[in-house]
Amino acid sequence: MNAINRLMTSAAIGLAVGVSSFAAYAETPANMLVIANRIDDVTTLDPAESFEFAGADISRNVYNRLVYLDPLDLAAGYQPGLAESWEVSEDGKTITFTMREGVTFHSGNPVRAEDAAFSLQRAVILNKTPAFILTQFGFTPENAEETIRAEGNKLMITTDKRYATSFVLNCLTATIGGIVDKETVMANEVDGDMGNTWLKTNSAGSGPYTLGSWKPNESVTLEAYADYYDGAPTMERVIVRHVLESASQRLLLERGDIDIARNLNPEDIAGVMEADGIKIEDELKGRLMYLSLNQKHPELSKPEVRQAIKYLIDYEGMKNSFLKGQYTIHQNFLPATYLGASEEAPFSLNVEKAKELLASAGVEGLEIETGVREAQERMEIAQSLQNTFAQAGITLNITVGTAKQILARYRARELDLYLGAWGPDYPDPQTNAGTFAYNPDNSDEANATGYLAWRNSWDTGGLGEKVDAAVTEGDRDKRVQMYQDIQAEFREISPFAIMFQQIEQSALRDNVMNWSTGQAVTSAAYWQVTK
Amino acid sequence: MTMSDDNNERRPSRAPLSATMWPVARTTIRTLGSIAVTLLGLLFVTFIIGRVMPIDPVLAIVGERASQATYDAVYQQLGLDKPLIVQFLYYIWDVLHLDFGTSLLNARPVSEDIARVFPATLELATLGIIFGVVLGVPLGVLAAVRKGSWIDQVARVLALVGYSMPIFWLGLMGLLIFYGILGWVGGPGRVGIFYVDVVPSVTGLILVDSIIDGNWDVFRDAFSHIILPASLLGYYSLAYISRMTRSFMLEQLSAEYVTTARVKGMSEWDVIWKHAFKNIRVQLITVIALSYAGLLEGSVLTEIIFSWPGIGSYITTALLSADMNAVLGGTVVVGLIFILLNIFSDLLYKVFDPRAK
Repeated sequence: MNAINRLMTSAAIGLAVGVSSFAAYAETPANMLVIANRIDDVTTLDPAESFEFAGADISRNVYNRLVYLDPLDLAAGYQPGLAESWEVSEDGKTITFTMREGVTFHSGNPVRAEDAAFSLQRAVILNKTPAFILTQFGFTPENAEETIRAEGNKLMITTDKRYATSFVLNCLTATIGGIVDKETVMANEVDGDMGNTWLKTNSAGSGPYTLGSWKPNESVTLEAYADYYDGAPTMERVIVRHVLESASQRLLLERGDIDIARNLNPEDIAGVMEADGIKIEDELKGRLMYLSLNQKHPELSKPEVRQAIKYLIDYEGMKNSFLKGQYTIHQNFLPATYLGASEEAPFSLNVEKAKELLASAGVEGLEIETGVREAQERMEIAQSLQNTFAQAGITLNITVGTAKQILARYRARELDLYLGAWGPDYPDPQTNAGTFAYNPDNSDEANATGYLAWRNSWDTGGLGEKVDAAVTEGDRDKRVQMYQDIQAEFREISPFAIMFQQIEQSALRDNVMNWSTGQAVTSAAYWQVTK
Repeated sequence: MTMSDDNNERRPSRAPLSATMWPVARTTIRTLGSIAVTLLGLLFVTFIIGRVMPIDPVLAIVGERASQATYDAVYQQLGLDKPLIVQFLYYIWDVLHLDFGTSLLNARPVSEDIARVFPATLELATLGIIFGVVLGVPLGVLAAVRKGSWIDQVARVLALVGYSMPIFWLGLMGLLIFYGILGWVGGPGRVGIFYVDVVPSVTGLILVDSIIDGNWDVFRDAFSHIILPASLLGYYSLAYISRMTRSFMLEQLSAEYVTTARVKGMSEWDVIWKHAFKNIRVQLITVIALSYAGLLEGSVLTEIIFSWPGIGSYITTALLSADMNAVLGGTVVVGLIFILLNIFSDLLYKVFDPRAK
């Protein structure tokens, strides 16, 4: 449905609601949480493989991890989960976890250090898409049994070199750190797949909820785990219904058939803002919208041109118009709420300054091409850029295409400019520092498409060493400062113009308390919710 | 002599049997051949379109930040490194074994997915077509008989609105009025949250399953959820069916045999229903079959607005997610529906039209 249709629909619903009142308000049961969300991105429920937003929501509530993030105090960072404590060896390479006693899986089996070792080894051996979150510590399918091992009630993991403890533990809070029930999983192994096929559609966790059912593109039902070690959740049943259309979500919420609507568009958010019994909660998410300049381009590689481009973006104008309520201005590669995040935003639209910078670089009549994926917000940003670039004499040609078309050219380093979005993979600053500001081999032959810096042919120079140093720094405060210094330098010299950070707006019935979508660092949690 | 007599007695019974069986066998073979060729062509076209489309099934699985090595491994795993014709032949072989493959995105067998989503569409489309036929045919007949009267004008306006209003708009307005404001019907989804998974799935049709289970609360709730989208789809069928019925009837009513019947003093009821209407039944069967087939394909927008997990939204989501196994599986099912409805129409022709026998 296009933007005009969306507006028409919202306007009509708003008008109709204005002149009438809703039928007797139905309420969901006090012990049940009903959420409308888009869940068509769930492709697997195996924590060793799951790497999508809606899948991460399920995983967070079904699986426990060694350490976890408290949804009511995310700023506090990782907290003891299945591991009640840990010690770091003198050389900083081995972390020994002491497992919590008396915790059971949904099957009734006890949670042991052996299960934890199996879960992490399994993720490394299966080597699915998110496996890099663990393998970056030097774990390989070949050495997994030596580097990740259980002894009695202890789990030891040994990394290939010293890393910041916070880096390792932050990574263990990611979905891939979910601990599975070894006996149940191996009982369902087929052809040596370590239970992967079975776990794609079933669960074997110890989290506050058990998986009731998953009907793709239809619903997910979670049931409270009565024997949960931290006390059974208040919401005894959670139903997440796949409702694609914003207007349908809004009607369900206003009618009281759901408690939370997670995908209302700006028009519908505005529509329910003043409605009785409904409240809106904003949370900053990890998704960043950025513009990057290919450093193979002779003009775009000039430092003055890189700076000029950053002054030719109408940050405020876009934030206050078509991105209103959905994005906020953010000019650093670490999303707000991340360890080491910076709020500095020195750039604003300044056409005169940009012209001066372009003149000092001797650039005139520049004509460049940007690749944009066919998503509404990206195309609108591209049009805004086209307009402001033109004011400084730069002609911006917009090529719109599918993800396959545009990404293929971006990964092949063919585009002059790329307008893209990036979300962090795990709740540690290394996740973005290691891709935006790190590029160990800038040659074409390296084909290091995993690094955004490489995709833009940018040799990060000394920044790479600083990223390496930050990732091994044991002192948390020093580490924070190091990332802030890296970002300050990055803002000035990099060919990336980070522009916006996403805001997720949830619309809730006003009796729903303690709702958390996990901010930028994690996913949604249901066990702390009350009504 | 005895032998000869016996043979003579048998011959007459054998000859008519082979004489009647051969045309039947020939027709059956021809029909099956036609089904096979149509399905093969459908599969080939869909397969080729799926491969040349600018969507990347590998990217859909590994994500945009996967390393080149991971990308290449999945590319080979999916068999995309093989020549196109080899990929197609592998696929045909699997389909012949009723294996549509596994959905690339949700890791379930496509056949299981289709068995889950198709009943939802079947239930919706069947109620919709019943609505369309029960109201559309009499309305069309009345509009023809009372040509130029207010009934004809009402039928015309109804049809015009049905043709011209976007379905998502009507759907949302219907939801707003009948669900949001009046509270007469259930909201989006097949059943309310209290009734999810309450009755065991036997046929996949919730209305039928709730009757089998004897659970009338679920039946009432499911009916309150289906009535609005079914009426909406039925309304679009009604618009088409009523206009076509009117047109067919006008042609018949101007024929000489109708005038003769009236001159002979036959009642108007008999003229309309026993003569004129009888002669448009064959044409109407085609119209209704086509309408029903269209509804069974799944109305994507209706399914989206009403969060109805049917085959239309299943194929669309699969297409957007580059899940080609699911797209191909869904396409085969939709193709089969068209073919089966065509065969069914042909059979009905023979029932209603002696010339077709």
